Amino acid sequence: MLVDADPTADALALDRIGLWALGHYSPIVAVDGIDGLVLDTEGADHLQGGELPMITGMVNMFRARKLTARIAIADTWGAAHACVRAINRDTVIVPRGEIMRAVEKLPISLLRLQEKVVQDLRVLGFQSIGELSATPRAPLALRFGPEVGRRLDQTFGRMNEPIDPIRTTDLVEVSRSFQEPIGAAETINKYVGRLVVQLVAELEKRGLGARRTDLIVHKIDNTIQAIRAGTAKPARDVAWLSKLFKDRTEKIEPGFGIEKLVLVAVLAEPLVEEQKVSSLVEEKTSDMTPLIDIFGNRGQRVYRFAPFASDVPERSVQRVSAVAEALENTWVGHWRRPVRLFDRPEQIQAIAMMPDYPPATITWRGKRHRVKRADGPERIFGEWWMRPNELEAVRDYFVIENEDGERFWIFRSGDGVDPETGSHKWFMHGIFA
Amino acid sequence: MSAVRAQVLADLRDRISAIEGESAKKAGCLPFGVAEIDTILPGGGLAHGALHEFAGGGAGTVDGAAAALFAAGIAARTEGPIVWCLTRPDLFFPALAQVGLLPKRVIFVESDKEEDVAANMEEAISYGGCGAVVGEMVRLPMVVSRRLQLVAEKTGTIALAVRRWRRQTEANDFGQPTASTTRWRVSVLPSESLPVPGIGRPRWFLELMRSRAGECAEFYVGACDGQGRIDISTGSADGQDQTGRSRYSG
Repeated sequence: MLVDADPTADALALDRIGLWALGHYSPIVAVDGIDGLVLDTEGADHLQGGELPMITGMVNMFRARKLTARIAIADTWGAAHACVRAINRDTVIVPRGEIMRAVEKLPISLLRLQEKVVQDLRVLGFQSIGELSATPRAPLALRFGPEVGRRLDQTFGRMNEPIDPIRTTDLVEVSRSFQEPIGAAETINKYVGRLVVQLVAELEKRGLGARRTDLIVHKIDNTIQAIRAGTAKPARDVAWLSKLFKDRTEKIEPGFGIEKLVLVAVLAEPLVEEQKVSSLVEEKTSDMTPLIDIFGNRGQRVYRFAPFASDVPERSVQRVSAVAEALENTWVGHWRRPVRLFDRPEQIQAIAMMPDYPPATITWRGKRHRVKRADGPERIFGEWWMRPNELEAVRDYFVIENEDGERFWIFRSGDGVDPETGSHKWFMHGIFA
Repeated sequence: MSAVRAQVLADLRDRISAIEGESAKKAGCLPFGVAEIDTILPGGGLAHGALHEFAGGGAGTVDGAAAALFAAGIAARTEGPIVWCLTRPDLFFPALAQVGLLPKRVIFVESDKEEDVAANMEEAISYGGCGAVVGEMVRLPMVVSRRLQLVAEKTGTIALAVRRWRRQTEANDFGQPTASTTRWRVSVLPSESLPVPGIGRPRWFLELMRSRAGECAEFYVGACDGQGRIDISTGSADGQDQTGRSRYSG
């Protein structure tokens, strides 16, 4: 099916995707050419688990809507622009300081020059960006003007190229310009604190709470740095929000000085007032969300464990979000469970009477343990209703204690009689206290 | 005579705690509920607003299983949420649930770097709303332990450091001085004997190796029960063999 090109509709759609990316991925988003978006993700990728998980997540998000997206991460806008249009894969990450190696073989048409200039350069025999950058500048500038040199410098990061971020009118934004550039950490902290107070007042007026907040730092050498802080639930608390930014003041590089600070709540959700003191009895429930946010913005993994309905030990626990609804249920505690469980069971040598006696001795990590006492077997069957190849599988677990009182959790794969049920090898799976 | 002496001693203690300042105001402690242990500890239990250190003995220096369960038992008896900082996520939560720690109470903070554990602990302690903050760490230098102790004194949260080394030979690090209020070593012992073959209640050898303003002691205890309580073990420490050989040990 053929459809006429509709550039205005395309541009509008691109704008919409840009605003979506602004709320999800990065504080600085702008339209790049007619078919792309540029995002400055520095200081924001940790919220998505790092650069690679972030861009694969983005690609999958587009694929789920039957769209194909290509994403490249590089040190400069120019390099990323060239790489993303040259790759065949979905994603590429150019390592720090390797722009030259990444772009030297790429055609000069990816240099964001005018069509005419590219044609003329081709006539002169230039094919790749590497060739062009190795040529003396003066003759090029004489013939084509300063544009070629400027684009090359921007691609290799020798000249900065600030991204002018897109904004919508309904973003809650407060800013502060300085007469004299500031640079000291205490001064930055002071003004960030004041901006947070203003932002909170603004949010309160609209009945919103911030989920993602960006601090955008405009420096006097025309560069922009952004710090993004996420919260696990809508926040409108001055102490909570300012803590998240003051924690990372050291990440701001003032350079020659900062002339403007902007604080934007890019993602805000409705937050209604709640009456805190409502009963005569003093309730001792403390809200841990601010603490969870502090850890999350530092890049730590924060989670809770929750029971999962499975008899197989390693499947019986699941990690849930730390702010997930607290569940009352817990594991069925009839049988002893070890404090430490190995990721993958370690094979051991065991001397045991078949079919259902515990071993008399085991050898684990080259050390022989004489089994003094034992409990078992606790038989666990494979979950054939979820994984068909576990139809016959059986594990027999034993708790054993050696002469020194060390207690281990071992199992035999198989029921001791039928070879169909497992290999009949023994494994160490955990350590009891 | 003895009454006078007791009065003089109590008076002296009051004056010392007044000199110590803020820490005295947040005083209070979490008794074990075992008379033998509580009388040894100054204040009659594990002090709130203090750092306590736990390590395993023998192979327990590497797996830290008994030390972690002992700490979990203490955390289970506090009120409020627990923050557990670690780098090696091999803890099996059902075991912690069996000593009375509910999964909804515990927030895990996993970091890649060893140094982040202490920083996370400090953050969680200074937050103030937690019942206890547990950290599994390899190194605990004097400076770090002092910071944790001071923050804990300020907020009254119990800080529990579970020491866990990579190799058994590194464990002599435990002799280095730290600012922690108490320091415990928990070693596993053969379990209490049962009249039938099988494993009874696990027993631990609990060494109180350091206690600020208190004496050191050793105890034979039964491991944490369903509410996280320990008790002085009645089973004999030695001569387990005489009570009857296990049918399986042949």
